[in-house]
Amino acid sequence: MYREHEPFHAGTYENAWEPMETFSPDLNRDDGRNNMLKVTGLSVRYGARVVLENISLNVAGGKMLALIGPNGTGKSTFIKAVSGVIPAQRGKIQVNGQDVTRLSPLQRARLMAVIPQAAALPPAFTVWQTVLMGRTPHLNFLGQPSQKDEEIARRSLERVNALDLAKRRVGELSGGEAQRILMARALAQSAPLLLMDEPTAHLDLKYQLNILSLASSLAHKDGFAVLIVLHDLNLAAQYADRVALLAEGRLQAIGTPEQTITSKLLVPAYDVPLHVLPHPIHGRPFVSAIETAEQYA
Amino acid sequence: MSRIPFLSSFLILLLALLLSLAIGSVFLPLAELLAALTGHGADLTNSILWKIRLPRTVLIALTGMALGGSGAAYQGLFRNPLADPYLIGVASGAGLGAVIAMSVKWSYSFWGLMAVPLAAFLGALLTVFIVYLLARTGNVVPTTTLILAGVTVSSFAVSLTSFLMLRSDGELRRAMSWLMGGSIQLGWMSIAAMLPYLFLGLSIILLNGHTLNLLQFGDEQAQQLGLNVSRAKTILLIAASLATAAAVSFAGIIGFIGLVVPHLIRLWAGPDYRQLLPLSVLGGATALLVSDVLARVVLAPQEIPVGIITALAGAPFFLWVLRRAKNQGVW
Repeated sequence: MYREHEPFHAGTYENAWEPMETFSPDLNRDDGRNNMLKVTGLSVRYGARVVLENISLNVAGGKMLALIGPNGTGKSTFIKAVSGVIPAQRGKIQVNGQDVTRLSPLQRARLMAVIPQAAALPPAFTVWQTVLMGRTPHLNFLGQPSQKDEEIARRSLERVNALDLAKRRVGELSGGEAQRILMARALAQSAPLLLMDEPTAHLDLKYQLNILSLASSLAHKDGFAVLIVLHDLNLAAQYADRVALLAEGRLQAIGTPEQTITSKLLVPAYDVPLHVLPHPIHGRPFVSAIETAEQYA
Repeated sequence: MSRIPFLSSFLILLLALLLSLAIGSVFLPLAELLAALTGHGADLTNSILWKIRLPRTVLIALTGMALGGSGAAYQGLFRNPLADPYLIGVASGAGLGAVIAMSVKWSYSFWGLMAVPLAAFLGALLTVFIVYLLARTGNVVPTTTLILAGVTVSSFAVSLTSFLMLRSDGELRRAMSWLMGGSIQLGWMSIAAMLPYLFLGLSIILLNGHTLNLLQFGDEQAQQLGLNVSRAKTILLIAASLATAAAVSFAGIIGFIGLVVPHLIRLWAGPDYRQLLPLSVLGGATALLVSDVLARVVLAPQEIPVGIITALAGAPFFLWVLRRAKNQGVW
């Protein structure tokens, strides 16, 4: 039964099961340490239009890969194709060593969790109900969460510092709060791969940093493989271990921030004059776009 | 899950059932009613109760359950608070199917009777797919196109139904009052004929509470959370159409129960479909029983079709929901 009322007293479910199951992935399993996500030669077409052409990349457990690129180059399409919402015409997608293209939505949802942009959530559901939805791939056919499911949902909320929001309705949340709830829902799926689609869009500066440091610690502290689509090149440079640049449906470069975020690669991709400098504090690349290079020369 | 909504729903339903058994051209006080129910009443009371009141009450209650449950399911499927088997034209489609089956002469044998809900089901299914395809823009079903498509398809089906009825002889003309929601008085036989369809449809709907919850997040998120979206939607459309067809076959086209009941329940007990669905089933029965009692008394001794009562109460409610949805942009 749904226990909406006082769903979590610290200690209530202590030792409810052994060993302690958490949402964190087991990095010692299979391919996880090097290739939690391994995409080989992925191509996607909408009708005759080629949206993604021959994309190959991998994300290791415990690492964060940022996917950058101008609008309309297929970044969101990439996430949709990996999560199976749209079919891939060619290529192989493996998660933790398993070919996911043949898996059912339920089996996929155990391997990867998608964190969409916060825009469309049914406003009348509570935060607690929403996070419990993340347990879907682990529930019985009636969809009744067990004590264990509720405990995992509680920990997921705790992990994103949103336990105090549990009883609120989703419609009452700010953009930043809603984004954290979506992250908690993804954690509740107990899947080793997290796919985030521009989680900082529409958020103010404080929440942008808040969400990204959370994403980065989910990779570096909890061991998730995190693939994050980002608009902001400087956030990508600051937080990601590796950066992949997508333009016109093709992978232009993939490597460390220093290797990918260079004016040589970015200027043709974004078609705008820009300068890349080392950041005065953290030393990673820092991008500044200017109207015309001559203007400030 | 709180038990209070369920307990109170049961109690209110029980009251409505008693009311429906007691009130009619002959009033049966509680003592006589209980005596007749246990088989100890006077002969006349016994036969009023067992041959007339009880079958009618059961039929009305089952019809209300079907309308409440399928209304909630359609609202969840279309993610639209104004979806209702009547407004989206499914009921009219089912009515057309039923009339076609009735116009075949074998109607009043038991198996002929069983064929009516089957034909109604096919009519309902055909209608819902047409309306869905017409109304859908991308992955959402906006209110305007849903209602427009529903009204259009519905009036087409109703016209065709009227045409069939007018060109036929006596038998089918009697169905005119049925079509407006005056139940056909066939006693226990019609209940036996509708039960399999109703049971199947409602069971599937009630088992899919979590599925409907997931669908509220949109197709994409639902699939990413592990739901096979197109399969789930197809199953639910079929189940809701089965329930609608069962209701329409023997109680006629009754509007607004499927709209009003789930909506009030949502305001009262929240958006979780695992509660919303069973509560809408119970509430649908209660609402239709009360409407039916009203239909018996307002012009007594004459009875009016219950569909008139539900429309008189439901249409203003529809306008209120429409206004609310417009003002808040949410539901």
